[in-house]
Amino acid sequence: MSTDPVRLEGREKVTGSARYAAEHTPPGTAYAWPVPATVALGRVLSVDTGAAMAEPGALAVLTHENAPRLKDVEDRTLLVLQNDRVPHRGWYVALAVAETPEAARAMAAAVRVAYAPEEHDAVLTPEHPRLYFPEEANSGIPACRERGDFDGAYARAPVRIDATYTLPGLHNHPMEPHATTARWEDGRLFAHDSCQGATAVQETLAALFGMDKERITVVAEHVGGGFGCKGTPRPQVVLAAMAARHTGRPVKAVLPRAQLAAVVGHRPPLIQRMRLGAGEDGVITALAHEVTTQTSTVREFVEQAAAPSRAMYVSLDSRTTHRVAALDVPSPSWMRAPGEASGMYALECAMDELACAAGVDPVELRVRNDTATYPDSGKPYSSRHLVECLREGARRFGWDARDPRPRSRTEGRLLIGSGVASSFYPVYLMPSSAQAQVTGAGRYRIRVNATDIGTGARTVLAQIAAEALGVAQDLVAVEIGSSALPAAPLAGGSAGTGSWGWAVHKACRTLVGMIDERGGTLPTDGLTATADTGEDIASDPPHAKASFGAQFAEVAVDTDTGEVRLRRLLGVFAAGRVLNARTGRSQFIGGMTMGVGMALMEGSTMDARFGDFAERDLASYHVPACADVRGIEAHWIDEHDPWLNPMGSKGIGEIGIVGTAAAIANAVHHATGVRVRDLPLLPEKLLAGLERPR
Amino acid sequence: MAAPQTTSPVTLHVNGVAHRRELDHRTTVLDALREHLGLTGAKKGCDHAQCGACTVLVDGRRANSCLLLAVAHDGAEITTVEGLADGDDLHPLQAAFLEHDGFQCGYCTPGQICSAVGMIAEAGEGAPSHVTPLAAGPPGVPVPLSPDEIRERMSGNLCRCGAYVNIVAAIGDVTR
Ligand code: FES
Ligand code: FES
Repeated sequence: MSTDPVRLEGREKVTGSARYAAEHTPPGTAYAWPVPATVALGRVLSVDTGAAMAEPGALAVLTHENAPRLKDVEDRTLLVLQNDRVPHRGWYVALAVAETPEAARAMAAAVRVAYAPEEHDAVLTPEHPRLYFPEEANSGIPACRERGDFDGAYARAPVRIDATYTLPGLHNHPMEPHATTARWEDGRLFAHDSCQGATAVQETLAALFGMDKERITVVAEHVGGGFGCKGTPRPQVVLAAMAARHTGRPVKAVLPRAQLAAVVGHRPPLIQRMRLGAGEDGVITALAHEVTTQTSTVREFVEQAAAPSRAMYVSLDSRTTHRVAALDVPSPSWMRAPGEASGMYALECAMDELACAAGVDPVELRVRNDTATYPDSGKPYSSRHLVECLREGARRFGWDARDPRPRSRTEGRLLIGSGVASSFYPVYLMPSSAQAQVTGAGRYRIRVNATDIGTGARTVLAQIAAEALGVAQDLVAVEIGSSALPAAPLAGGSAGTGSWGWAVHKACRTLVGMIDERGGTLPTDGLTATADTGEDIASDPPHAKASFGAQFAEVAVDTDTGEVRLRRLLGVFAAGRVLNARTGRSQFIGGMTMGVGMALMEGSTMDARFGDFAERDLASYHVPACADVRGIEAHWIDEHDPWLNPMGSKGIGEIGIVGTAAAIANAVHHATGVRVRDLPLLPEKLLAGLERPR
Repeated sequence: MAAPQTTSPVTLHVNGVAHRRELDHRTTVLDALREHLGLTGAKKGCDHAQCGACTVLVDGRRANSCLLLAVAHDGAEITTVEGLADGDDLHPLQAAFLEHDGFQCGYCTPGQICSAVGMIAEAGEGAPSHVTPLAAGPPGVPVPLSPDEIRERMSGNLCRCGAYVNIVAAIGDVTR
């Protein structure tokens, strides 16, 4: 067990006193329940609220006809109840507000909506007529890159792989559903919101309601997970604010679990064609990663699944492209490691196929294709210890004892196999501000609008501050989770600790300088130092920066049922300095656990006829349960990289999910000799291969 | 004809304190705790008995409180996560969850801890699980809680943060 500090808010969380967004009930609170559209495309003709308003306790039904008007913002998924258009099934068409949650729910069921439905198109196909090449993919990278002569190099390569991998839609499903408690007072708006960044929510609400942001306070003290789907403001906060304004009451809006799939973003379905050309030695000479995916008609989101293929291995001649079709479906968005989790599934499975084709050990193949520079820009990596992770992982896992032949290990009716995959996640940094204060009595206070969505942000910021101040951590109090604090970026892109921590570090060092100037004597009313890292974060740094890792999986496949059971999963990561081993390990393991879900059970199917996700609740959309997870281990390599930030940290919240699905899929192939290129690896897909005569 | 009765007086004994409220017949035990008694320790993750976040102990047994109607539990003894610690002294499971980092966002945590309390009692009474060997002895003999037993018996409590490894270690620490 690590000696690093336990979570500062841990006691509140284990005793039940930590309050989440829906756990504030100001006097007079009313309850809201949204009404989702039941057609996939069309217009609302009329909303009959008579029966709903007859419900005892009914306060109001908001529709596009009476809801407060919103100003236009870039993210049009937030422009709810503004017009009669229904862009996809599940889009909100009304909001019931009542004295009690029971009444609000009954009202929502009683609202009668008449639609003029239109013909919809909700299913992605590889040659869909609506496909186009966008300018950019998520994270602002160019959608298409062509370097050298892929076609020529591929044609000349003695070893070639051409394989297509498919992923279904995936849902974030944090355990706390999206929730807001909002109230207006004297023209000011207060909201407890379940989000990954209260500054962004505050600014967006200001834009939507056309107000000065100083008159809006958004609090996110404790957040029950997000994994990307709370990274941008979501409709619940807009609905709660509108309902509170309309009724003049505080309003609590909690999105029902089964509605989340349609309104909070998801990882879109992806079709990925991989072509690798290599020499006899397995060294890649040609690489193409062509992504086909979907977005909605409301908002363009293009999951950058080909991005990792620009970063991982030597490949002079390469083509990496994204095509997207805007369908009549819910809007996709960020889900843990968007781009990397999905793209590395395809790339790392293709690497396994290449290892088999070239007759090279899969660990060795990755070592041979290692590169010191980011191939797409030619910039050197500030640090890259992929090879060390592979070697250390192989040693810990006992990889050398593996018989490389597929289907070489049996235990009764079980086939046992092991597989490996690399992990990768870029280092992002965002400008942040922070304040460090000292009281006359020598106690310290850190103020920064960071959000702890389960990462341990509060705790690690206290550690960073104590170290920068040179004082014991118990002298440092940390205030986070409110837009009333110095503005800070969201908890996303694994950039929280680096971005907030840098600002905290800077404020602390400034404060130490101020104390030193006074010869160490503290004025009775204390001192405050404010810092902003806007100018510290270089726009064109000389290095490429990323975390790397390697994951090893062992599976048992039941030849009678086709069921895959994970026996072991071991990850080794090189992610800069891990600032808190206790909580850092949890981040890695948590990501890997979600990766197990992606590999074995998670998947959402689009109902073509209704334009609806078929699996919308936790009974039908399976996430890993306790019994699915055995023997997950995470280790890391001490990495000292001076090019990152004053703490020397890289992000660790997302890399854990990157590579997991490929390691498991590769292990399943090793166990069975069957290559399933469609996630999740459900029994029926494997049985089809296992039954075929070999 | 008189209007149908839609509320009733209900007494819930929560963590040793009796609470009497006039409750809507549709109100669940979970909503009674969270919205009427201000006890928000039990969480609402799905409201459909699919996640375990709302797990509390009802008359000593773990239960998904989102699936129980309060009016049907008049007089019940309910223990929530708020009732486990002894003053400032954490319940051994709470202390173990803290030490082993058996949670991240903390939203599933009250349910996990209450579930573990109930689960340990069930195994102690000899209730078998899906993974209990058939030869595990006569009824009523306590079932030893191996990691596999813990994993199986705790699978009604989902944790999307993926803290299972540490949850099993924390419970194992207490039951060892
Ligand atoms: S809220 Fe009761 S089981 Fe999910
Ligand atoms: S700790 Fe977040 S869901 Fe379990």
